Amino acid sequence: MINLVRNEMLKIVRKKRILIVAGIIAVLVALFTYSQYREIERRLERFGDVDWRTTLQQQIIDTQNRITSSGISDEWKSELQLRIQQQQYYLDNNVNPMEPGAPSFARVFAEHSINLFLPLMIMVVAADIVSSERSAGTVKLLLTRPVKRWKILMSKYITLILSVSIIVVLFGVLSYLISGLIFGYQGWTAPVITGFSVEGNELQTNAIQMIPQWHYLLMEFSLVWFVALIVGTITFMLSVLIRNTPAGMGVMLAALISGAILSNMVSSWESAKYLFMINLNLTGYLSGQAPPIEGMTLGFSLVVLALWGLAALIVSFVVFIRQDIY
Amino acid sequence: MSEITLSVKGLRKTIGKKEIIKGIDFDLRRGEVFGFLGPNGAGKTTTIRMLVGLIKPSSGTIEIGGYNVRKNFTKAMEQMGCIVENPELYSYLTGWENLEHFARMLPEMDREHMNYVVELVRLNERIHDRVSTYSLGMRQRLGIAQALLGKPKVLILDEPTNGLDPMGIREMRNFIRYLAEEEGLTVLVSSHLLSEIQLMCDRVAIISKGSVIKVDYVENLLALQEKVIWFAEPRDTAKEILNGVTTVSDGADGALVTPYLENESAKWNRMLVEKGVQVNEMNRKLPALEDLFLELTGGESID
Repeated sequence: MINLVRNEMLKIVRKKRILIVAGIIAVLVALFTYSQYREIERRLERFGDVDWRTTLQQQIIDTQNRITSSGISDEWKSELQLRIQQQQYYLDNNVNPMEPGAPSFARVFAEHSINLFLPLMIMVVAADIVSSERSAGTVKLLLTRPVKRWKILMSKYITLILSVSIIVVLFGVLSYLISGLIFGYQGWTAPVITGFSVEGNELQTNAIQMIPQWHYLLMEFSLVWFVALIVGTITFMLSVLIRNTPAGMGVMLAALISGAILSNMVSSWESAKYLFMINLNLTGYLSGQAPPIEGMTLGFSLVVLALWGLAALIVSFVVFIRQDIY
Repeated sequence: MSEITLSVKGLRKTIGKKEIIKGIDFDLRRGEVFGFLGPNGAGKTTTIRMLVGLIKPSSGTIEIGGYNVRKNFTKAMEQMGCIVENPELYSYLTGWENLEHFARMLPEMDREHMNYVVELVRLNERIHDRVSTYSLGMRQRLGIAQALLGKPKVLILDEPTNGLDPMGIREMRNFIRYLAEEEGLTVLVSSHLLSEIQLMCDRVAIISKGSVIKVDYVENLLALQEKVIWFAEPRDTAKEILNGVTTVSDGADGALVTPYLENESAKWNRMLVEKGVQVNEMNRKLPALEDLFLELTGGESID
């Protein structure tokens, strides 16, 4: 099995997929670092070098003004209200929600990437892991070796797990290293507040914990890894089912993008919470965002994703083992 | 009679309601080159894919080196090397990396044997180049190299000379003969070209529309099918004379067609000349696949 996994890793490395993904991540991190840097500069120009408390206060006032303005949907309104309550909590407890530094950048960047950008990167690696063998015809050589089919697919899946892990680590390391060039590398121990929950329109603060940022990052990246793995597994299934790599990618792309769009508009379609793409935003539960559909919890989303992953894995293996190769 | 290395019994494949392969039986022996001859779409490739385990037969058994392909897949595959259609290797890896890749999938990786195989297919100079830079002939040879990695008893080659130039075809033919005669391998070769089968095989199975029509030694089949085309004047006298000694049929453009028999044909010619018939042309015609088919299937066309 080790030899088989070695073969698969060799193919991934030689196809330079991980390198491409690393390049894209690096470019994007640089882009966001720069835009945030400009944002800070602009603020300095407007308010001068002020305390973060003043900035936060200003933000709360801004948001309040937006709520009272007309032409804003009720849904959006209540979400803004939650944000104010959260920011007020930070203010009351004298905790800076955006302690400057590379760890904070990595934290926020991961939060924003978990439901679309990172899944897309995973897709680049996972989409052709099986289908490329079929479209190139090498599957005929692969499956006529003295090795059972399930072992071959298993070696490919293990390779996928490894690649997903490498990408998630690369994602964290690159966003830390590149943003640190500008924001500095400090801030590992800054306190972060987690455990907000929402009931009705009220922010619940009874389960709140204050933990050091490194601890928060660890939890966050575990969730990011889990999401990446599930997205990878579902793409893997499509790669087995659809011989044509671009077609498989298209299906996955459609699912991911529809998930990103649906998350903002399904609050009244309750059964949508069983779709995997609605559940990708796991880090939202940590930072205390309102879930796309009321009543969704971290545990619920984890279970839904795990079931999707398991089903995809079973389908992949059953189909791959029984398939006739023409 | 030498040992049977590959045995196929009652092989059938049904896709949907259509029966693609309608019961195929044959046995291959050690050291022989066996041809699988039939037009495109006759079921050659489907049969070969069942032999190598890519397609599950609907019924029937396949044994390679005594191991059932369905029940004992790994053992059976250890006895066999194959190229199914074109040798599609990983073009972004080098030839050597491709071989390593497939060697790692064997129970034991034997570097010495890898070197030997590379030597055998004469790829030593280019083995560390990327496969995407190889010519078709080199890819075909690398394909054979990977098929030989596991020291198989049976080698299955689907259209091995497809797309090769005349030089390459001759090389491949000699190589296949060498493997069978010197290394004692059983080689199964499929082709839709009779001339090819004729030059490299000992025995041949003719397959059409999913069934084997005939299995025989190549010499027997050819003898059965070789013809002489006569152009003689006067035509009717010639036909009468030939009719007295053999069977004559009418060919195109006023030709007369008789079977070809060594020595006999020359005697017939002398007979004609002695009777004052002018023989303008006398042609020994090698059988074309089409004719063989028409004959064997009783007028059924190739498609």
